[in-house]
Amino acid sequence: MGRMKFLCDAERCIECNGCVTACKNEHEVPWGVNRRRVVTMNDGVPGERSISVACMHCSDAPCMAVCPTDCFYKTEDGVVLHDKDKCIGCGYCFYACPFGAPQFPNGPAAFGARGKMDKCTFCAGGPEADGSTAEYEKYGSNRLAQGKLPLCAEMCSTKALIAGDADVVANIFRERVLRRGGGAEVWGWDAAYGGGEQKRERKREGQS
Amino acid sequence: MSAKMMKRLPCAVLAVSALLGLSACSEVPQVSVYEQGQYRGKSDTRPWEGGEFKGDRAAWEKALKERSRGQNEYNRIQ
Repeated sequence: MGRMKFLCDAERCIECNGCVTACKNEHEVPWGVNRRRVVTMNDGVPGERSISVACMHCSDAPCMAVCPTDCFYKTEDGVVLHDKDKCIGCGYCFYACPFGAPQFPNGPAAFGARGKMDKCTFCAGGPEADGSTAEYEKYGSNRLAQGKLPLCAEMCSTKALIAGDADVVANIFRERVLRRGGGAEVWGWDAAYGGGEQKRERKREGQS
Repeated sequence: MSAKMMKRLPCAVLAVSALLGLSACSEVPQVSVYEQGQYRGKSDTRPWEGGEFKGDRAAWEKALKERSRGQNEYNRIQ
């Protein structure tokens, strides 16, 4: 098994926030903590793009580098996890993360009063026993140990958000882009769900 | 104290203060060398070790791969 990665197809994301809701429900994430959120660029302008963002499980994670208590670890599958018992809520990881993934239950409180950091676990739980109550209460559900992928990706209605082994994810996206045809300037329903290819075929048939 | 010594005193004070002042200009390394921290939390089991897979890594990988490929809707419509 290689590296677990998320990929969000901005052409397909319809900003339904289903991934956010699924994550919150699956892990019973408290108010104020958003392990996943949908960011929209150029909202309301034709060609607007939305993208679902959570912890990207970086190959060289800056949160791991700055943590003063060294509470982060990376699993064999490339998932970045942390031990909440070691976390002191300093917030350094929040400042280091370019995606704003680390979240704190008490919000922007003073140093140490933020509470234990919480972030996306790629539905892989934490360093407690797999499937235990302690694991669920601290880190949420461990779907990976059940042979399942993160719920946000699995329930994405447009399959904009895909998760899994980086090679498989890349292959899915590659095939999708090839079928779409066109360059980065292509957007809209046809671009996301085919249509471009069929149109070109019809055009070719018309010419011949 | 002789007049000669009194004349030399300011020179001596100046020399000592210059020496003290210059001592701050020594070549002390200014760049910190950061060491990679080691994980200090509890050890975690691998996902296939506990739960329903009971250490069968191949079965776990197969299950996960099937799920990953299932995300490709083109596989479903073909």
